[in-house]
Amino acid sequence: MTQHIFTTHSGNRGLDQQELLIYEIGDVNSCGVDLEEVGEFADRLGGITRDNEIGLAGLSEPEAMRHYTRLSRKNYAIDMGLYPLGSCTMKHNPRLNEKLVRLPGLGDIHPLQPISTVQGALELMDSLAHWLKILTGMPAVALSPKAGAHGELCGLMTIRAALDKRGEDRSIILAPESAHGTNPASAALCGYRVKAIPATADGRVDLAAMKEAIGPDVAAVMVTNPNTCGLFERDIIEIAEAIHGAGGYFYCDGANFNAIVGKVRPGDLGVDAMHINLHKTFSTPHGGGGPGAGPVVLSDALAPFAPVPYIIHGDDGFELVEHVDGSDSFGRMTAFHGQMGMTIRALGFMMSHGADGLARVAEDSVLNANYIMASLEDVMTASFDGPCMHECLFDDRFLAGTGVTTLDFSKAMIDEGYHPMTMYFPLVVHGAMLIEPTESESKQSLDRFIGSLRHLVAEAKAGNSALFSDAPYLAPLKRLDETMAARKPVLRWRKAEQGKS
Amino acid sequence: MRYLPHGQSDRREMLAVVGVDNIDDLFRDVPSSALLKTPPDLPDHMTEMAVERRFADFANKNISAGSGPFFCGAGAYHHHVPASVDHLIQRGEFLTAYTPYQPEISQGTLQTLFEFQTQVAQITGMEVANASMYDGSTACGEAVLMACRATRRKKTILSGSLHPQYRDVVATMTRYSGNSLRDNPVGMYRVDDLINQIDDETACVVVQNPDFFGNLQDFTRLAEVAHAKKALLIVVVTEIISLGAVRSPGSMGADIVVGEGQSLGNGLCFGGPYVGLLATRQKFVRTIPGRLCGQTVDAEGRRGYVLTLSTREQHIRREKATSNICTNAGLCALAFSIHLTLLGEKGLRHLARLNHAKAVRLADRLDAIEGVEVINDSFFNEFTVSLPIDAAEAVERLAVQGILAGVPLSRLYPGDAALENHLLIAVTETVTEEDMDCLVTALKEVVK
Repeated sequence: MTQHIFTTHSGNRGLDQQELLIYEIGDVNSCGVDLEEVGEFADRLGGITRDNEIGLAGLSEPEAMRHYTRLSRKNYAIDMGLYPLGSCTMKHNPRLNEKLVRLPGLGDIHPLQPISTVQGALELMDSLAHWLKILTGMPAVALSPKAGAHGELCGLMTIRAALDKRGEDRSIILAPESAHGTNPASAALCGYRVKAIPATADGRVDLAAMKEAIGPDVAAVMVTNPNTCGLFERDIIEIAEAIHGAGGYFYCDGANFNAIVGKVRPGDLGVDAMHINLHKTFSTPHGGGGPGAGPVVLSDALAPFAPVPYIIHGDDGFELVEHVDGSDSFGRMTAFHGQMGMTIRALGFMMSHGADGLARVAEDSVLNANYIMASLEDVMTASFDGPCMHECLFDDRFLAGTGVTTLDFSKAMIDEGYHPMTMYFPLVVHGAMLIEPTESESKQSLDRFIGSLRHLVAEAKAGNSALFSDAPYLAPLKRLDETMAARKPVLRWRKAEQGKS
Repeated sequence: MRYLPHGQSDRREMLAVVGVDNIDDLFRDVPSSALLKTPPDLPDHMTEMAVERRFADFANKNISAGSGPFFCGAGAYHHHVPASVDHLIQRGEFLTAYTPYQPEISQGTLQTLFEFQTQVAQITGMEVANASMYDGSTACGEAVLMACRATRRKKTILSGSLHPQYRDVVATMTRYSGNSLRDNPVGMYRVDDLINQIDDETACVVVQNPDFFGNLQDFTRLAEVAHAKKALLIVVVTEIISLGAVRSPGSMGADIVVGEGQSLGNGLCFGGPYVGLLATRQKFVRTIPGRLCGQTVDAEGRRGYVLTLSTREQHIRREKATSNICTNAGLCALAFSIHLTLLGEKGLRHLARLNHAKAVRLADRLDAIEGVEVINDSFFNEFTVSLPIDAAEAVERLAVQGILAGVPLSRLYPGDAALENHLLIAVTETVTEEDMDCLVTALKEVVK
């Protein structure tokens, strides 16, 4: 494909710069901070003073700035373009929220300061709780879970505590086969066995199969809605009624709440527990893999079992209940009180949008996904009939006979300047390509993206398989050898093991 | 609406392309009874300036750590973070990237994770580390589950001086795993007591260094006894800067080290987000929870990095995964790593010595107050004092004067009469001689 006209002495290609590891730039003698001097004193370290060299490399501040700036430029990011990762909700991250979290009165307060000195922080957390409760139509919320999967665990622990209180030993969680991998993993941590419920031909949970499976041994059904195919579960209320009729609970994976926020309240659907990924719906930055936050809204039936800590309104202001003290609370999910930094950002996002703007968030995200689907379904194969919700699912039937796989197709998108869509998930269709544009994209941005995909489809169908087979050609690196990485894992730098780059 | 690019004409055109008349036609799969007819009962959108004002109101009702003499610790520490750290983590390429599943366009995040893993392994004295957990407490729970997997045993012994909230998180995470926890009485334990509890069914012993009360210990003998019984030693470090001054858990024989990395690069932020560290020996690498970044080469033989060994993880293994963790603490890990890179070997050791020197200085000054006694024999930058009065009450009275004097142990052990007068005091590089003067003077008055 593209040939570089010449190689450079440095290995750099203009703005595409190579960058060594910190251990190859600095050493144990270099340092980028100045600290006050320490005089002689008698230590109190109990005889375990460190007596060896750690081997840490230091960099001066200019070296560090350059190192991390150069590395940052090897990343794709929302700030650079449409990031269509289905199920991940890569929307714009307002910078106002970064400013708010850095206010000294919010970012520089300790979790165990006297309660009288953090009334504003508790009020802020209580405000987020209020917004979440109103938006979901649920009466209670546990704020401490640190991410979506942590919220799943929290919700399932709450359900198990409620069942334990009733003296019922139920062992099964029912979940659709299209579920996120975290669902069965969280259920397993909670001691439950997961039974998968098949999907119907239109991409929804098979209601008949679900009802058939619901019985006295089922603790809960765990359903993502809108589901991982990007579709609203039409039978959701019937599923809720069926599980309630059998004495179990309805856990909703709220990863896709962004599609319905301000439009539909999960409480009206019969949900008992639902985690909300603040880093999706309410746009706290993904940060290259976290931190996130996964508060869990709860029904009246489950609220008494919520974890500590939680906030109550006392005579002298807000109080924080930090101990179980004989209550029905199942215990504690984390040290301290949860992801305050994410709480601040999410509340900033909510207040900026307001009730009117949040409904528009859902509407625009759904409109954008349907627009992409409508603009591509003549050349790509949509897996299910629309309308879709916030994301649209294609499979690889349109690539049949081209020799191009979903992976190849996705990698070619990198050369077009886009992050690939989610590939091979959900597992219910072959060669899945799940596209989630979010509400942040303008029509012009969507049209350019659609244009690129249509171009790639045309190239694939025209037999230009070379455009795909070794793609990407124009990224900082070509495809990486993942097999080698796994077979003989090199998980850290060591002086001896590093070859020349 | 400043975050939403569409105008009404865009929406109309797009609806026409989709082939529907209005937006609610796209929500037709929602049961009509559940589609809201009016917006939720919440305020309408606000300008950027109005939101800022509202948050300033929240902030102004709190006393921030930097606004006066400050001595709170207990697992979260007030350190100075260089300005460049916060600048770099706000670069959009780091801040607004997803988990690096597409390595060709994620080498920035991946290389920094590789450097992070190396730094964590180095300071803990271990061979490998993962790419971060939510925080120290959940990392501790994961470590216990990991030890049970690795040993195929089900008994865990918890030291009585483990952070009590860490203890509670371990209890939550192991409740339905079939593992049993053996708690020990709260307080300054002797290693011998733990040694005597290890038997042939013990999966692991969990200790903390410095412990919750600030004490330092050598766990070499504990590790030896544990290993003789084929059990693992888990060492928890909640003040990671201590590792610049004291011997690493790895050098004492730890099998798994978990830590709270907040002290490096990350602000207090009322308890989160923080960054959990988890390091272990190479032989346990396939039982590690969470993400791992590994080195490899690209199709042209150039060095690069990828997420690896993902067959341990939930998106592949589902219910058989080593953990349910997905999103972790990537950006906090980056902040940790940048701060540690700026410090380097020299800076970390200097910073640790500075913290210790200030703590020794304050401990000596407090010990000289009549009725006040430092009860630690050893400590790093945090120690426990006993007061002649209720410690929570003393803290409240000092807070009124703008002095945040520390964490009364009754906050974490309510109802424990023996600890009512005990105050946990942390001293970092941010504490000045004047701060110490304020605390000493005010405390003298309060305990009179």
